[in-house]
Amino acid sequence: MSLQIENLKVYYRTLAGDVQALDGVTFDIADGEIMGLAGESGCGKSTLGNSLISLTGRMRYVEGTVTLDSTELPIWDFGDMNHHRFKDLSIIPQYAMSALNPTRKIGRMTGELLESRGMKHKEFIPELKRRFELVGLSEDVLGMYPIELSGGMKQRVVMVVSTLLDPSLLIADEITSALDVSTQKAVAEMLVEFRERGFVKSMIVITHDISILYQVADTILVMYAGKLAEKASAETIINSPRHPYTRLLISSLPEVGVTYSGKRLTGIAGTPPALLHPPEGCRFRDRCPFAYEKCLEEPPFVEVDPGHFTACWKEI
Amino acid sequence: MSGHGNDSRGNGEAGLIKLENVSKIYSTGTFGGKAITAIRDVSFEVQPGEVMSVIGESGSGKSTIGKMILRLSPITQGVIRFGGTDISTLKRKALKEYRREVQGVFQDPFSSYNPIFKADRVFSMIKSEFFPGMSGPEWRNKIGLALEAVTLDPTQVLNKYPHQLSGGQLQRLLIARALLLDIQFLVADEIISMLDASTRIDVLNLLADLKGRGLGIMFITHDLSLGNYISEKTVILRRGLIVEMGATGKVFGNPTHPYTKMLLASVPQLHRKWEEIADELKVSETVLLDREAAAKKAYETVSEILAPDADDSVLVETEPDHLVRFSPEEAREIEPAALAGKTA
Ligand SMILES: Nc1ncnc2c1ncn2[C@@H]1O[C@H](COP(=O)(O)OP(=O)(O)OP(=O)(O)O)[C@@H](O)[C@H]1O
Ligand SMILES: Nc1ncnc2c1ncn2[C@@H]1O[C@H](COP(=O)(O)OP(=O)(O)OP(=O)(O)O)[C@@H](O)[C@H]1O
Ligand code: SF4
Ligand SMILES: [Mg+2]
Ligand SMILES: [Mg+2]
Repeated sequence: MSLQIENLKVYYRTLAGDVQALDGVTFDIADGEIMGLAGESGCGKSTLGNSLISLTGRMRYVEGTVTLDSTELPIWDFGDMNHHRFKDLSIIPQYAMSALNPTRKIGRMTGELLESRGMKHKEFIPELKRRFELVGLSEDVLGMYPIELSGGMKQRVVMVVSTLLDPSLLIADEITSALDVSTQKAVAEMLVEFRERGFVKSMIVITHDISILYQVADTILVMYAGKLAEKASAETIINSPRHPYTRLLISSLPEVGVTYSGKRLTGIAGTPPALLHPPEGCRFRDRCPFAYEKCLEEPPFVEVDPGHFTACWKEI
Repeated sequence: MSGHGNDSRGNGEAGLIKLENVSKIYSTGTFGGKAITAIRDVSFEVQPGEVMSVIGESGSGKSTIGKMILRLSPITQGVIRFGGTDISTLKRKALKEYRREVQGVFQDPFSSYNPIFKADRVFSMIKSEFFPGMSGPEWRNKIGLALEAVTLDPTQVLNKYPHQLSGGQLQRLLIARALLLDIQFLVADEIISMLDASTRIDVLNLLADLKGRGLGIMFITHDLSLGNYISEKTVILRRGLIVEMGATGKVFGNPTHPYTKMLLASVPQLHRKWEEIADELKVSETVLLDREAAAKKAYETVSEILAPDADDSVLVETEPDHLVRFSPEEAREIEPAALAGKTA
């Protein structure tokens, strides 16, 4: 097992109370697994990804354990996590591309990042250049400003830099969302290539676009309102999902290669609950066409088939 | 609108919105010395009750076409007609009338709202501009109907600040605003991109309802699956040039231009893997360059991988309702007669 997460809870402190954005999640990622993490906006995907790297600002560790390659990570301790961050696990944060400092050249930013992790920039330059070349970037990129790079080039820079120390786990948060279809495809395929080359062992690929995950992920984990809804192989999630939310989500997606001519898809009525005071029981209850009395209790996330987990009373 | 057409092609029907050999050149640089040709010789028309998708990668000129139709940006060459009338000739009263009938909704719903005002202020702005004399009850009734058309519950969305509403609700409010006017044509520029999967389909279905009521819609997107779902006609735009167009089923079902094939081969599909699609579309090795080679050249978009279409290339009708751009040599081989008549 590469990553094991046990009952992890991370909330946001606000004046009105705690936002229960990540509310007791338990799952594993195997060595070499690329796990896609999907779910609609605000369901807690970034909270999950970020909390494995650093709890910042208003994030509050409530309980739970995170174990990477048999070592428990002190995720509640920002200072202690310095020994692991970047080396053992690394993140490409959502909006990393637009967060690049426009007044700093790529080379200088990379240098600062490495130095801040206690590494000598100079020693890494040859490897950095070698990897840039592998992903089709000339070393001239180091002397360029972010504005001179296209979106796809920026994502490649960020990918190379975040995996320079061959971390065991990479978390890639929405790295394909702002890109054109063809660039999106190239970047998504590059993720797989990074694993193949051994730059990173396992990955969490976060995106709201589940069809990208079907292309590159081994497994898909679907979140809903701060909780896990379903996890299974990508094939199973797309072709035989069992959680009502996953089923409705998949069936509401228009596709190319299908002739619609007037045929209507339907969405999922309603909106996810607020996470400040989320309802008791199954959080999908309000929108679920199959809800019944039992759903007032919280459904456990259990294995219903080998490797297939879901949290729904109807499926247990 | 009157339907009398001073149609340059002389093929009768004027269409609701019709572009005739439209080009757009932006002058940029310090003294306007640099020219960017954003749109080249584009012609198409949209009928009432019809959705036309305009699909292309970033920078292909999609929004530029929308802005010219909305008269937000002048046309460099060619003519855009609305019910037969050249829109560039519209002044004062006629222009105001045009703005009642032709409206746009844009990508980012959040940027259309001022966070310090209630979201429904976008309605009162319409009232003061277009319906200053309308009575309170009459106006509220009109708003009620518009909200009903976009399936919004007035109690849920009126009197709320933008941050209290979801992206889908905000986007539907903007469409409702357009419906307050006597709208006949809607330019919908990437209005779905910002929305979550579960609300996307609602907004798409809303557009389908509107077309059922006779509205013409230009649906701008880079998401081919959305275009495939909603539109009866499709235009594929590349570097300002139409490379393929026609009935949606034909463009998607029998993609012919290499660029269209490349786009289709890049779409992540839900039930088929990229490799299968590439095989099926017979995207040739040279076009689908192996990734490493493409990356080495730091190609960013398909546009850069494929050679540009030459200036003397032509649109040829390869089957009814399906036009594809070819070089003059290719065109001659395919359909010698086509060159004479059906080219654009
Ligand atoms: N700093 C914060 N303070 C309070 N609540 C927050 C904060 N950051 C996030 N939240 C809330 O936590 C929940 C989860 O947010 P998160 O960013 O993890 O969602 P996400 O799934 O990544 O969404 P997206 O797809 O939009 O990126 C949301 O309801 C959000 O409003
Ligand atoms: N106001 C402007 N001044 C100068 N050039 C412009 C202007 N607006 C657009 N362009 C250029 O015209 C071309 C087409 O731009 P346009 O915005 O129409 O593309 P698009 O297809 O809508 O792209 P996107 O998918 O990114 O929205 C681009 O090269 C762009 O840089
Ligand atoms: S537990 Fe109940 S409400 Fe929740 S998804 Fe299953 S059936 Fe629906
Ligand atoms: Mg996020
Ligand atoms: Mg645009």
